[in-house]
Amino acid sequence: MLAKRIVPCLDVRDGKVVKGVNFVGIKEVGDPVECAAEYDRQGADEIVFLDITASNEGRGTMLDVVRRTAQKVFVPLTVGGGIRTIDDFRDTLRAGADKVSVNSAAVKNPQLIKEAADIFGSQCVVVAIDAKKCDDGHYTVVINGGRIDMGIDAVEWARKAEELGAGEILLTSMDTDGVKGGFDLDMLNAVCSVVKIPVIASGGCGKLEHFTEVFEKTNSSAALAASLFHYKELTVGQVKEEMQKHNIPVRTV
Amino acid sequence: MIAIVDYGAGNIFSVKNALDYLGIDNKLTSDAKELENADRIILPGVGAFPWAMKKLEESGLIPVIKEQAKVKPFLGICLGMQLIFDKGYEFGETDGLGLIHGSVEKIERENLSVPHMGWNSLIYNKKCPILNGIPEGEYVYFVHSFAAKCDDDSIGAYCDYGGKVTALVYDGKYVYGTQFHPEKSGKTGLKMLKTFSELV
Repeated sequence: MLAKRIVPCLDVRDGKVVKGVNFVGIKEVGDPVECAAEYDRQGADEIVFLDITASNEGRGTMLDVVRRTAQKVFVPLTVGGGIRTIDDFRDTLRAGADKVSVNSAAVKNPQLIKEAADIFGSQCVVVAIDAKKCDDGHYTVVINGGRIDMGIDAVEWARKAEELGAGEILLTSMDTDGVKGGFDLDMLNAVCSVVKIPVIASGGCGKLEHFTEVFEKTNSSAALAASLFHYKELTVGQVKEEMQKHNIPVRTV
Repeated sequence: MIAIVDYGAGNIFSVKNALDYLGIDNKLTSDAKELENADRIILPGVGAFPWAMKKLEESGLIPVIKEQAKVKPFLGICLGMQLIFDKGYEFGETDGLGLIHGSVEKIERENLSVPHMGWNSLIYNKKCPILNGIPEGEYVYFVHSFAAKCDDDSIGAYCDYGGKVTALVYDGKYVYGTQFHPEKSGKTGLKMLKTFSELV
């Protein structure tokens, strides 16, 4: 039986983790390679780097980070942020990423999903969807951190992404993100009910129970968290211990 | 020295990275002589069966691989494991290396997504030296849409994904194949690679 995955996410800018991290021996502005290795030690099932570098020159820096991480971390690595072209996919995979996540570029050009899946295989194409609830109750796709509403139904978009060859959906609720009140169970259920590919829940976890809740109340395959792990409020190990108590299939180290 | 067969398949660096990390002497090579001189051989691979066999044919390494797999430890990983069998059925029928009898067929699951992707736990079937020191039930990382169909006697371990999926094969002598990626399976996978590097 497949284990439910716990996926720490690191925001990386110009080769540095931009959130304050307080792992022992790591400075406040952390080295992503060291942070990833620490998460690996804690039992992370996968690690996500989100490149928030604004400049083009920064991309080379990110690829170097990926390369160095691949030499030290032996769990799957997903890299996203600023992926726009097939060449971006190729460069990132060649540097050592196992999966590439694409967000707004796929919204603007859905064929990018199909092209990438045809060339590199569905297994490495993660479609990240940021969404929020509208007044009429449906979910709409947003980009630029929620600032731009694309007027696209998020559930329909997830279904289409799967059809185009996405291997996984990384679903972030902009309504729950940063609130720490728990994952957006309704949104996750809405998306999980229309796709067979794994859905990674993102946005909103603030405590242990939120992880068990998301796996008990939705069909999500994985749960992603950033600041919770960055700020050492919880370790991956603690989360998995709790999951085990709830009989959720989980990989322990 | 472990020779990692470099025949143009993607993602071979992750295997090299893992061996380097473990301090195991290794070399990426497409030279028949080096496969002969190596202590053991790893055949990695990501991609489609027919394409990989074509690449192997072009490299001229098929005869030496078949010969060396009879005399020294040989490990196929993921697609490299699938190539071990007689035939593959990805985009039509293609002959494989025939090191272990069996074929490689599409995973068909009505209610589950294919590729089978993620961490799945090993269920042991037969004693297999590469699993020494690894308790049954450990999770390893899979990414694949095709799986091996072979004699139960060749299966070291399988996993459950809406039914049995062949996870690890062993010919009882030198030939091993893992459908999962030991180089992406955390400590468990690294331990397996280390054990492989010490097999006699």
